[in-house]
Amino acid sequence: MISSLTQAERGAAMLITLAGMVAGLAMAAAGQGDPMGAHGWIVLIFFALFFGLLARAAYGTDEPEDRGLAYYDDPTKVGILIALAWAVIAMGMGVWVAAQLAWPDLRFDAAWSGFGRLRPVHTSGVIFGFGGNALIATSFHIMQRTSRARMPGQVAPWFVLFGFNLFCIIAASGYLMGVTQSKEYAEPEWYADIWLVIVWVVYFTLYIRTLARRREPHIYVANWYYLAFILVVAVLHIVNNLAVPAAWTGAKSYSAFSGVQDAMTQWWYGHNAVAFFLTSGFLGMLYYFLPKRAERPIYSYRLSILSFWGITFFYIWAGSHHLHYTALPHWVQTLGMTFSVMLLVPSWASAGNALMTLNGAWQKVRDDATLRFMMVAAVFYGLSTFEGSFMAIRPVNGLSHYTDWTIGHVHAGAMGWVALITFGSIYALVPGLWRRETMYSWKAVEWHFWLALAGTVIYVFAMWNSGIIQGLMWRTYGESGTLRYSFTDSLVAMHPYYVARAFGGLLFVTGAIIGAWNVVMTIRHVPHQVPARDHPTTSETMEPALPAAE
Amino acid sequence: MKTILKPLLKPFAAFFEGHAKAHYRLERHSLGLTAAIIVAAGIGGFIEIAPLFTIDETVEAAPDMRLYTPLEQAGRDIYIREGCYACHSQMIRALRDEVERYGPYSLAAESQYDHPMLWGSKRTGPDLARLGEKYSDDWHVRHLVDPRALVPESVMPHYAFLLDAGLDIESLPDRLAALRAVGVPYSDEMIASASVDAIGQALPDTDRADGVFDRYGEETAVRLFDGTADRVSEMDALVAYLQVLGRLTDLPAQIQPVPEG
Repeated sequence: MISSLTQAERGAAMLITLAGMVAGLAMAAAGQGDPMGAHGWIVLIFFALFFGLLARAAYGTDEPEDRGLAYYDDPTKVGILIALAWAVIAMGMGVWVAAQLAWPDLRFDAAWSGFGRLRPVHTSGVIFGFGGNALIATSFHIMQRTSRARMPGQVAPWFVLFGFNLFCIIAASGYLMGVTQSKEYAEPEWYADIWLVIVWVVYFTLYIRTLARRREPHIYVANWYYLAFILVVAVLHIVNNLAVPAAWTGAKSYSAFSGVQDAMTQWWYGHNAVAFFLTSGFLGMLYYFLPKRAERPIYSYRLSILSFWGITFFYIWAGSHHLHYTALPHWVQTLGMTFSVMLLVPSWASAGNALMTLNGAWQKVRDDATLRFMMVAAVFYGLSTFEGSFMAIRPVNGLSHYTDWTIGHVHAGAMGWVALITFGSIYALVPGLWRRETMYSWKAVEWHFWLALAGTVIYVFAMWNSGIIQGLMWRTYGESGTLRYSFTDSLVAMHPYYVARAFGGLLFVTGAIIGAWNVVMTIRHVPHQVPARDHPTTSETMEPALPAAE
Repeated sequence: MKTILKPLLKPFAAFFEGHAKAHYRLERHSLGLTAAIIVAAGIGGFIEIAPLFTIDETVEAAPDMRLYTPLEQAGRDIYIREGCYACHSQMIRALRDEVERYGPYSLAAESQYDHPMLWGSKRTGPDLARLGEKYSDDWHVRHLVDPRALVPESVMPHYAFLLDAGLDIESLPDRLAALRAVGVPYSDEMIASASVDAIGQALPDTDRADGVFDRYGEETAVRLFDGTADRVSEMDALVAYLQVLGRLTDLPAQIQPVPEG
């Protein structure tokens, strides 16, 4: 892969890795005796690895290649493989922490293996490691195809991909050492946050520069969503992570915000991480791979516009529904609730648009597990957005908040929608990307589909049950007018559901392992096949990026 | 029916028509699209967050509110480090059953110096907003060492290692200074004597303990939190923090809130 870089690109890449090594060394020296020092060594080794690879190939020959003839897909390939690795690790972590809630002694006698430190490894690993890498990889693929143009340069995409993974590694290893800001889904400390900002700026410029090269007057709908994902996540990340480090030689920092303002900022961030990380970008995936796989044009352009701007405008208001009945002023709670309910319109417009696109292709949904992944993802998207709007209503939230119902809702979205659309997209993408005839085993895809669906359903039903039982037990009064159940009573009642939840998760991660195996076997054993059309061109008729509308 | 609906829906239809046309032009300009996304997504956050900093009633005035001592703040940092917030909330909602189970509902003033807040989002374990002085120090230490020895049904992880871990006392002045930088009114004296105060709070009947009373008030708990006097452990800090939860101000009890529903 390095052989396809020009000498100038290799030089630039070596300079970047060198700068990274210096930064790592500085962190290691300054942060002695603090987790930051350990992170310094991780950064140093990370960049040294790439420096070594580049140095070995520094005097190697270029493979002259006419870059106008093909898209640049190497970063996408690596990104997909990394995403699958994170999926297996982080979902496995999820099963472990779920099992700890059923059997609390299922751990090592070390501080790092307790629930509190492992849980963010699961959440960040799945959201950022699996989801983030899948988003970056697919966005590279889609932005080039829908622009019918190759991305500019070959250093920036690698910088974005590996830079983002360095952030994920610092985050996950930090949690095990107890490095956390405690802000949910924004746990990494200040230096990791600054690094992510740098990576993100490069990501945005790469996206815009590719769009600027497009040979197509209009920007396709998938790109709107990826753009919204990149832009709004940047704003959320920067504002919510504003903090003052206790010392430049240590990891600990204190948030710029406190109390009620911090709560609002955090859940403005938290809910819009759901909106713009876990929804917007994955809708971009859906809008590209679903019509492509079904060989049907998107049902309605008008609905796409309505749902895109509806989601972009409404979602940002919804965060305060996480704070019903709290010390947050009532007017903000009410605004959050109102917009959360209105959000159902653009959400269902998207889900409906996806399902209507399948009209005329339902026999393919029956026969093709890959398309079925996407169809079921759209259904779960519709279900979980309905549930979300419902749970945002103040009295409903009074019951559901603080309980497992929230966990069930999140996983209906994360497993049923985000993971299924990602796996569907990966199965649609992998054979073409590696120039293979087909996936290694279609039976394995079927197995993965049914394991994932069964796992999701078991998980979500278990959490609905436990959450609602928990919420009701907490507010049940006895005949004497006093609370009927102690907190411990409610905890005991959860046990069977916690066992079921861990089992559902186990099915889901088993599916992911089968999927990763299938992808590796496809790359290693399936014969080559060069597709008739998959290259940059000015002619739309020669190479339609997507099925044309009738 | 149609004659009534049509004029009613007309403005909406006109809006969507205009919106779609505007979008059709916009989607040909990547930077225009960028600007429009930032504006559309910026409005809601600005309207909901900015006023919280400017409207005075957002946070009640609590004149008797005291600050966390260095030892309590160190305990709070351990609470964060171990991820306790993942299973314990510190926010009692204004609902009858919560007030009866946990105590007066939480006020914004109580977490005004909490950088960041630890309101939490999940109660795998009970709410801790009013935990302070509900149980003895000894109970907390034994519970943290082996939760299931005291509550057989508990699924809480054990934190026995806190007893053996010496508290990082040197970094406390820096920590308090950083907290002052983000708005907590620690005085120069408090920052300068942060390390001594942390030791003093865990060693009653010494000169250093007197300094804690001077700076943080006579009602500050100065005790052998972990039961030993040989050194200040992380257990001392965490228990000191747990024992002050809900006790920084009397305001919630004074207001005697009447809960909703």
